[in-house]
Amino acid sequence: MQPRRKKRLFAVSAIVLVVGAAIGLMLYALTQSIDLFYTPSEIFEGKNGKKPAIGQRLRIGGMVVPGSVLRDQSTLAVSFDLVDIGPIVTVSYHGILPDLFREGQGIVATGVLTESNHIEAHEVLAKHDEEYMPPDLAEKMKGIKHIKPSEAAYGTPKTSE
Amino acid sequence: MLAELGNLALVMALLMSLLLAIYPMWGAYKEHPQLMAMAKPLAIGMFVFTAFAYGCLTQSFLNDDFTVAYVANTSNSTLPIYYKITAVWGGHEGSFLLWVMIFSIWTVAVALFSKAIPIKMVARVLAILGAVGCGFYLFMLLTSNPFERLLPFFPIDGRDLNPLLQDFGMIIHPPMLYMGYVGFSVAFAFALAALISGQLDSTWARWSRPWTLAAWSFLTVGVALGSWWAYYELGWGGWWFWDPVENAAFMPWLAGTALVHSLAVTEKRKVFKAWTVLLAIAAFSLSLLGTFLVRSGILVSVHSFASDPSRGLFILGLLVIIIGGSLALFAWRGSLLRGSGRYELMSREVLLMGNNVFLTAATLVVLLGTLLPLVHKEIGLGSISIGAPFFDQMFTFLIVPFVFFMGLGPLSRWKNQNPQALYKQLLLAFGLSLSAALLINFNFEQMSYMAVLGILLSGWIVVTTVLEVLQRIEPLRLNNHLSLTQSLQKLSPSHWGMVSGHLGFAVTLIGISLVSAYGIESNVRMAIGDKAEVQGYEFVLNSVTEAQGPNYTAEHAEFEVFKQGGLVTQLVAEKRFYPVQRNSMTEAGIDSGITRDLFVAIGEQLENGDWAIRIYVKPFINWIWAGAFIMAFGGLLSICDRRYRMAKLASNPELMPELAGARQ
Repeated sequence: MQPRRKKRLFAVSAIVLVVGAAIGLMLYALTQSIDLFYTPSEIFEGKNGKKPAIGQRLRIGGMVVPGSVLRDQSTLAVSFDLVDIGPIVTVSYHGILPDLFREGQGIVATGVLTESNHIEAHEVLAKHDEEYMPPDLAEKMKGIKHIKPSEAAYGTPKTSE
Repeated sequence: MLAELGNLALVMALLMSLLLAIYPMWGAYKEHPQLMAMAKPLAIGMFVFTAFAYGCLTQSFLNDDFTVAYVANTSNSTLPIYYKITAVWGGHEGSFLLWVMIFSIWTVAVALFSKAIPIKMVARVLAILGAVGCGFYLFMLLTSNPFERLLPFFPIDGRDLNPLLQDFGMIIHPPMLYMGYVGFSVAFAFALAALISGQLDSTWARWSRPWTLAAWSFLTVGVALGSWWAYYELGWGGWWFWDPVENAAFMPWLAGTALVHSLAVTEKRKVFKAWTVLLAIAAFSLSLLGTFLVRSGILVSVHSFASDPSRGLFILGLLVIIIGGSLALFAWRGSLLRGSGRYELMSREVLLMGNNVFLTAATLVVLLGTLLPLVHKEIGLGSISIGAPFFDQMFTFLIVPFVFFMGLGPLSRWKNQNPQALYKQLLLAFGLSLSAALLINFNFEQMSYMAVLGILLSGWIVVTTVLEVLQRIEPLRLNNHLSLTQSLQKLSPSHWGMVSGHLGFAVTLIGISLVSAYGIESNVRMAIGDKAEVQGYEFVLNSVTEAQGPNYTAEHAEFEVFKQGGLVTQLVAEKRFYPVQRNSMTEAGIDSGITRDLFVAIGEQLENGDWAIRIYVKPFINWIWAGAFIMAFGGLLSICDRRYRMAKLASNPELMPELAGARQ
């Protein structure tokens, strides 16, 4: 082959290799770090017919049930309940809750599903100001007559498990 | 009255930009000198009217004119005066006014400081800027006018500025960032003007280089300031969160960095012309995309303003026209941009191409990570989020070959480099940086592999940069018998610019590696008088009291920090409540140092009166921002290079009459 062609062939195959490797790595990294968003009722009923598996990383968004925030007496461990239209999911977290965390208001937590209705969160986010509701949650609640967090029913969820 | 005048001035500025888009372009096409000469006064006119509108809005803030909707939403009569001035860019409309203000500054700067460039080229560049400006002014007047009135019913007092924005960072971060964002429009305009003219030589690369470098330097500072601000103001102690809004500013930076390097190759070696043009288009398009993401309300963050779908649609339309139009022009004229230089596989050209490939890949990674969740949601697959681990992982993969090329590139020759000639230097660089990495990391308990890798890479950059300078001055010393300092002075400012840019990157990398590997974040529960030990430092919570600020109330906590019994520092952290916005925020207490930062912030008060406290020890975190400033300084040095001014001298009619005559 002519040196020029050889050079071109080399350049093209190098680019193809690099791009291929990059895409492969990217997809691999992506599968590790995509978190699906669920509402508490979707944790029970599943989303598009698929229930989240125990041990799965996910995000959950819901309203904090008033009176459900329990602090450990000697550490920073805390747990609280989230609700949207019925079932209740408990979130435990160790650390400092955001400034704008309030009972009865919307929050988003990222963590791992440890039981069918329990999430170990490693991050809790609250709204930025008084009027803010997490957009994912606002969308889910649009048009649905949701239960007021204060009237949320404890015990077995109404929906079949 | 002021608001109406400001509104009128904006309409005038729109008209100016419209004329600027048409007349000089037509003049350049028809070779009509008078029409082309109109570019400069029109650009000045656009600037003057925009500045006037800006002044009107600022005055409305100072007057507490709450009949203006924007002032009522972002200011308050109790706001200190310096925040009233900066509150002008504290919301969507006003910050867009700052945006067009800066845009008109860049335009007028091109009009005034381009005497060395042929008038035809300047006319085309300014016309393209005018056309882009048209879009911006229309956007502002149609969807986000800051001068709208709230008559006849207006509030007695304003809703106040978001407390997060009542900070020194707010005064400098947005103007710097916008200078960078908008500055890429100049690089974009030069690239398009070159495409339109079909100019085959690469003089346009030389003309566009100082502008691109200036924009890049501003963007570097702007992003670094944003990161620094987030670190001390948000109270989470992090310096980068891969938040979509951060990504929106990071993407143009990556593309701009690639552009700066590619422009250098185009100027010096007359190759990669088409690629450089594409990068210029990409950098500006990514700036616009960032604007779209931030202002359309599809993202949620400190930066996103009240959402309004019409704004998003408008910017999306603008984006489609600008990207589509410029790519169509590229497809049509791009074939004219043929490189004329020859180079071998092992040469500085190819190494710089490698650098560009990795920077582009990094841009794509960030683009994918930012847009995928939006696309995923829009096509109905449900909401997802892509976490920081994705970006961290990808950047770790990308940075190793990138830094390898970064060390190799400057050491190699243009055209052809014999690989064997470099072995010795590279071996030396690798040995030195590996030992430095191990030595530094042995100082920390529990050595981290990632930190060793990071320091190894930084050391590689530093050693190869020093070797490169030595290699460059060697002929000077041997042939001209100059001393070391004399020969160092012979190096051009743009060469020092490169050295400074690369060293700055190494400094940032050192900071990132050490703080990521050895930073300690500890959340503890403390009562008054309690002690907490973190990384050998003993933090004591002395008191928590109520305090009163000008427009907030605060819980004021005082800490003392001891190390081995000796007092290191006293820290004050506050949790403030702003009654007007019913918003609270955290003011962290930070003791900054060269080798470490001590960071405390107070969280909520628990039932039994204890406080939740964040205590962080962050080694070398300041190096991250220091490195960015060194990089930006490198950009500044490069702009000062004589060769950009030499063209100016050459066009001075008294010195070179024949050249000046040729311009007419």
